[in-house]
Amino acid sequence: MRLDSLYQEIILDHYKHPHGRGLRDPYDAEVHHVNPTCGDEVTLRVRVADGIVEDVSYDGAGCSISQASTSVLTDLVIGKPVADAVAVQEEFLRLMQSKGAVEPDEEVLEDAVAFAGVSKYPSRVKCALLGWMAWKEATLRATAPAGQDRQVAADERANA
Amino acid sequence: MTTGLDVEAVRKDFPILQRRVHDDRPLVYLDSANTSQKPRAVLDALAGHYELHNANIHRAQHVLAEEATAAYEGGRDKVAALINAPSRDELIFTKNASEALNLVANTLAWRSPYQVGPGDEIVITEMEHHSNIVPWQLLAERTGATLRWFGITDDGRLDLSNIDELITERTKVVSLVLVSNTLGTLNPVAAIAARAHEVGALVVADACQAVPQMPVDVTALGVDFLAFTGHKMCGPTGIGGLWGRREVLEQLPPFLGGGEMIETVRMTGSTYAPLPYKFEAGTMPIAEAVGLGAAVDYLTGIGLDAIAAHEREITSYALDQLHGVPGLRIVGPDTPVDRGGAVSFTLAGIHPHDVAQVLDSVGVAVRAGHHCARPVCDRFGIQATTRASFYLYTTRDEVDALVRGLDEVKRVFA
Repeated sequence: MRLDSLYQEIILDHYKHPHGRGLRDPYDAEVHHVNPTCGDEVTLRVRVADGIVEDVSYDGAGCSISQASTSVLTDLVIGKPVADAVAVQEEFLRLMQSKGAVEPDEEVLEDAVAFAGVSKYPSRVKCALLGWMAWKEATLRATAPAGQDRQVAADERANA
Repeated sequence: MTTGLDVEAVRKDFPILQRRVHDDRPLVYLDSANTSQKPRAVLDALAGHYELHNANIHRAQHVLAEEATAAYEGGRDKVAALINAPSRDELIFTKNASEALNLVANTLAWRSPYQVGPGDEIVITEMEHHSNIVPWQLLAERTGATLRWFGITDDGRLDLSNIDELITERTKVVSLVLVSNTLGTLNPVAAIAARAHEVGALVVADACQAVPQMPVDVTALGVDFLAFTGHKMCGPTGIGGLWGRREVLEQLPPFLGGGEMIETVRMTGSTYAPLPYKFEAGTMPIAEAVGLGAAVDYLTGIGLDAIAAHEREITSYALDQLHGVPGLRIVGPDTPVDRGGAVSFTLAGIHPHDVAQVLDSVGVAVRAGHHCARPVCDRFGIQATTRASFYLYTTRDEVDALVRGLDEVKRVFA
């Protein structure tokens, strides 16, 4: 296995100089995800306004793969309509589950194509997906019809 | 320093150590605290059992069954002798150490003279593997008992300063690790057991990391139970063991019900087999017990004293070499005193996952993460460590390869 297929320059750059890091207000939903095998964790907030992902902010600790992929995520989804952002998330998930067998769609994934090599390392796929799965859940909550889900998020904020 | 152990000869006994990985690099296996490699003698015992003697045990009348039963029970004899059990009947085979600890923690919730109830206290430590935390949390939840624990000092030892506040007349069980899988610490189990017995508590030792690498004597330790696993001591996966003091085991109810653990079964109720069979329900891991017996023969053939001396020597060398790596911090005792051969560390600014991944790319196999002992990481304010762990086949050259690999890690993440 070639290590540089895993640690692409783009990944190391995002790791050393993460984008969008730090928790910001306002937000509609906040989630906390952990990777139980290694203890990596991320707290992630989503702000959705008029059907647009207005902000994604996060704080967390983890390996280069998990931190860089969350950084790339914020670049890709902030400013997009929710439906388009979800499509990016689904394409990234498909790439990560491909075991290296699919050509990533660079039009959709942009910098995130750098993670194609990660899909060949099964133990690291969860690292790459940590922030993305957190974003998916937070976005679902943020866009849920007013009612239970939003209430849960609000309760968690109140108890935080 | 010579330890009376011929490492090069030992290495020839382990076929996997000849493997080459990633662009034909020699495998440097420094993950034995996770699972040990297996010598040819164990592999042959497993294959030989299936090729020549395979049958179910204790329940058929043919020659294969007689042979398989003798080999399985021979495995029990060997393991019981290894840990100096007063009786072979006190040695129960389980699928692993987790099952052994769950056996104790579950049966203590049920009716017996040892039953744990509301107001009782269970004492563990902050340096336990999850398998010696979660079963006790479950026991506390089920019974209304309270879980308490010893903390860890800054240098990775048990903090025993409040032992008289923790172990009181309310304490029903004290369960602790003999050698920590994460910190490497060797704990003063005998002294703690003596204190626990003064208040009438039962004492359980998790000896998973100790039995493989040093002489362990259940009588000298003075514990009531001792759990261990086969795969960390050159044996197969799928088998572990629980030694328990006869008087206690006899009064505890069975853990799992099923075939061969009974004396008589009627629709109105059952009576149970004598020890150890009362606790061995269903078809057991037979070949694995035979393989574990072969592992014990292998280890005792070399000598646990010689293995322990080698472990001390190689750990001491590793600590010396790692001390010279800028930015590296040992998590756990940083001297080779009262410790086993697992060394956890952090490297400034580089996540352990990344350290382990780069090390793997140069053929060095270590483990990164919380090592199923997350509270240890919490205690030291870190998320994870990189852990190198050594065994009877580990050489100084392999430690040097680790240190060189750390230079490569720094190069990638510079």
